[in-house]
Amino acid sequence: MQPFDKLRANGVGVMLALLLAIFCAFPAQAQTFPKLAGEPVVDAANLLDPAQEAALNAKLKGIQASTGHQVAVATIPSLEGRDIADYGYRLGRAWGLGSKEKDDGVVLIVAPNERRTRIEVGYGLEPVLTDAYSSVIINSVMIPRFKGGDYPGGIDAGVDAIAQQIKLTPEEAAKRAAQAQARQPSSEGVPGALIFWLFIFIFVILPLLRGLGGRRHRRGSSGIGEVILWSAINAAANSRDNDGGGWGGGGGFGGGGGGGFSGGGGGFGGGGASGGW
Amino acid sequence: MTFDRRLALFAPLAAVSLAGCGINSIPTAEENAKAKWANVQADYQRRADLIPNLVETVKGFAKQESTVLTQVTEARAKATATPLAPADLTDPAKVKAFQEAQGAVTAALVNIRNITEAYPQLSSNANFLALQSQLEGTENRINVSIKDYNDAVQGYNTTIRTFPDAIGAKIFYGSKPMVTYTATAPNADRAPTVKF
Repeated sequence: MQPFDKLRANGVGVMLALLLAIFCAFPAQAQTFPKLAGEPVVDAANLLDPAQEAALNAKLKGIQASTGHQVAVATIPSLEGRDIADYGYRLGRAWGLGSKEKDDGVVLIVAPNERRTRIEVGYGLEPVLTDAYSSVIINSVMIPRFKGGDYPGGIDAGVDAIAQQIKLTPEEAAKRAAQAQARQPSSEGVPGALIFWLFIFIFVILPLLRGLGGRRHRRGSSGIGEVILWSAINAAANSRDNDGGGWGGGGGFGGGGGGGFSGGGGGFGGGGASGGW
Repeated sequence: MTFDRRLALFAPLAAVSLAGCGINSIPTAEENAKAKWANVQADYQRRADLIPNLVETVKGFAKQESTVLTQVTEARAKATATPLAPADLTDPAKVKAFQEAQGAVTAALVNIRNITEAYPQLSSNANFLALQSQLEGTENRINVSIKDYNDAVQGYNTTIRTFPDAIGAKIFYGSKPMVTYTATAPNADRAPTVKF
């Protein structure tokens, strides 16, 4: 009894400590990102007029339609005291730009009040839109315009340069078209689902049926059998969870058409470059 | 009901309660932290790969700065010779050695950045600018991957030290807490002195 009581007391203590930790941690962690509200341009700092914003939105959606890569533009009124590189990858992760499998998102961030700008590149595009090239885009195309106060022009030129760099080679474009066509008739997820249900059938339904039939005559059923059964269910459930990306991931890709522009769960790890003026 | 029967009924319960003790969640958290560590190492490797190129470029413009250049080459060699295997992540001394070796490289790179300002030809050289932005990006990636690693370690350490996973950690795995990584270069708390 004694050890159990102690354990329980420990558990309660830990819960309290965790609760305390949560309360303590939140004010420090709190960081507000502008919301990605269905459009690839989030002009929180109001640098663009409505016509420019609409044109840029159309351009960015066009990039997504032709390459599959998601490029977004964010103008930020305040970096909240953080370095733009630190802010950038968090913003990219918060929005989850790019598909979950390819991590092919890009965010162009402009913070006019801090006079800083950054191209944040998702893992998957790092070999294409390299740090060095991002830096060249910022320093040769964007900063000169920003210096003259021409934010719309600088952003637009930056987006053009990014689009030029990440556009697909002819072979890639052909492959993408072929894939899109191949995907239409039969979904690739079928074998996975089939294996899953086969698993369930063999390890769950069959034993159940057998158990029903032979229950009266079977004396001691083995505990090991049940454990195996349980782990099989667990494994099946887990494998389904892991594959979840295949089913649900890449959600942003309906976005080009009628629906909104939303991230597909792409990852960011600090690729890209920053600049200031 | 025979005893065996009851045992059989108990088995699923045992499976669930074992899972509650962290039989799965502990290795999951551990592997996650190790994977994040692999990213940290990959980023440091990337930096190490860029350094010889940088040294060559700077040498072309600023031969007289050979001490600074040897410094960075030596620091790089030492850091490359001080690897840290994932299994050693629970050993504070080894983590510290790794940190210090990499910190020396960071410091040497800062020195290079400082001297280049005296050579306008160098600081406007396209090759050098590209290298510098690559290095900057790499340092930034290192920061990100270290943060991710530290978060993963925090998760793992919390898992093995809190109820109910702490039971599994003690009984089955004998898990030890991993060491978080602080990327401090020597004198990182002091701003670089600028001499005119």
